[in-house]
Amino acid sequence: MLIKRRPDIASSEITARGLYLSRRAFIAGGAALTLGPSRATAAAETPPAEPLAAKPSPTFRVDDPPTKFESATTYNNFYEFGVDKADPSIYGARLRPRPWTVRVEGLCARPKTYDLDELLRLVPLEERVYRLRCVEGWSMVIPWIGFPLASLIKRVEPTGKARFVEFTTLYDPAQFPGQKKNLISFSSLEWPYAEGLRLDEALHPLTLLTFGMYGHVLPHQNGAPVRVVVPWKYGFKSAKSIVRIRFVTERPRTTWEKAAPNEYGFYSNVNPTVDHPRWSQATERRIGDFRRRPTLMFNGYADQVASLYAGMDLRKDF
Amino acid sequence: MSRSARVALKSVVWTACLLPLLMLLLKFWADDLGANPISYATNVLGDTTLRILLASLTLTPLRLLFGISWQMSLRRLLGLFAFSYAVLHFTVWVVVDQFFNWPGMLADIRKRPYITVGMLALTLLVPLAATSTTRMVKRLGGLNWRRLHRLVYVAGVAAILHFSWLAKKGRNDPYLYATILAALLGVRGWHRVARALGKRRVVALGAPSTPKRVAGAP
Repeated sequence: MLIKRRPDIASSEITARGLYLSRRAFIAGGAALTLGPSRATAAAETPPAEPLAAKPSPTFRVDDPPTKFESATTYNNFYEFGVDKADPSIYGARLRPRPWTVRVEGLCARPKTYDLDELLRLVPLEERVYRLRCVEGWSMVIPWIGFPLASLIKRVEPTGKARFVEFTTLYDPAQFPGQKKNLISFSSLEWPYAEGLRLDEALHPLTLLTFGMYGHVLPHQNGAPVRVVVPWKYGFKSAKSIVRIRFVTERPRTTWEKAAPNEYGFYSNVNPTVDHPRWSQATERRIGDFRRRPTLMFNGYADQVASLYAGMDLRKDF
Repeated sequence: MSRSARVALKSVVWTACLLPLLMLLLKFWADDLGANPISYATNVLGDTTLRILLASLTLTPLRLLFGISWQMSLRRLLGLFAFSYAVLHFTVWVVVDQFFNWPGMLADIRKRPYITVGMLALTLLVPLAATSTTRMVKRLGGLNWRRLHRLVYVAGVAAILHFSWLAKKGRNDPYLYATILAALLGVRGWHRVARALGKRRVVALGAPSTPKRVAGAP
């Protein structure tokens, strides 16, 4: 019997969408006074999000209260839109998440280009509440909607030679202003954004192919229309706006690894005992909290994932 | 400059310098500091410190390049504002961010180069602020006072390093600030070299007994 469960966040806790959008328009309006008209119109054009139905997962949920939707959608690291936390919500409207296809290719028996709608129907969607820990030392709790990446991977049948999975984010400076090269962008990441996981990490049941959050399709600033969420790793490992998933033998070089190899390792597991070379990772500030809290090993998912790294020196393979 | 012009100029500078703080307080009261208010406040205060510090360092180059001097009366004002914002920036770190976690902060100062240079910059500004009064200038004597206040160059470099060492790759503003600082110090350096060469040339011209060694010759 299918009983529709109430979503676990009372709808009364979620700021009314109209209110939240108008607030942003207000802020953008203020910004427009000093920065010109483009920002205000960008915010005003943000289309209202569609609801996305999903069954709350009884097992994959943390008890911590979810971060406010408004915080999760206005405080983002998504350098394709710009390096400031507010840039993704300001410029997000430029992204066109439909039509969208994801090419699944490389060392697999059934490579295929999936249309987004086909992906959405592949497996029943579930809602999972995960912790999100940013490498910068802040964290959130987010109710994501998606299905295990493993379900997709098994369908395309990776060959025995496949050892890693590489994710590629859309490259299109017209939609992602942060990808534009200009006179002052001398310090920039290499585009398109590339991320990667070991095949066993990608197949882990926690690794979620994600299409929505907070009961709606993914807002543009959160990686619309499809991203991965790997909750035991620092946030940047969870590639957004994915257009290609590729199976390879050699460990892929990721964007942040290329930018600063001594700071951002391939694994980038959340680890309070291994500091970022420039700052401590021992504590974090949960968005909405005042005091810092201790960071948990593997972001609190040690029971599920520690075995993946048995025998490895996590200081070396950070 | 007339008295009224000076008052007008200083009022404009006071307003411009207080504006970032005022905006921050308004946003605080309106509960509009964003998802991470502590980080936002720290960044605004730090950014404003750098901007005012750089502004205070542009006054002399303006005089050297264009021979104008009306702006020189703003040195103390801008310097003290830069120092005040630095203190606020530091206070937010101590009180709100770290919540008086002294062992943690001391460890960070020792271990994290960006915090080390940040502390250095702030520390160097303390004697400058303390000797900013007219009485202190007189007590120290103009020459000593000028020598002491050259520390601001070190503080400026340390402040820029502080920002660029904490910023993540992909940001351009640290480079922008560094370029401006380099230009401002460059004008001074160039002027000193030019003046030294000029003096030596005058000496050389005025002393025909040493004709073989002219200024600039190896």
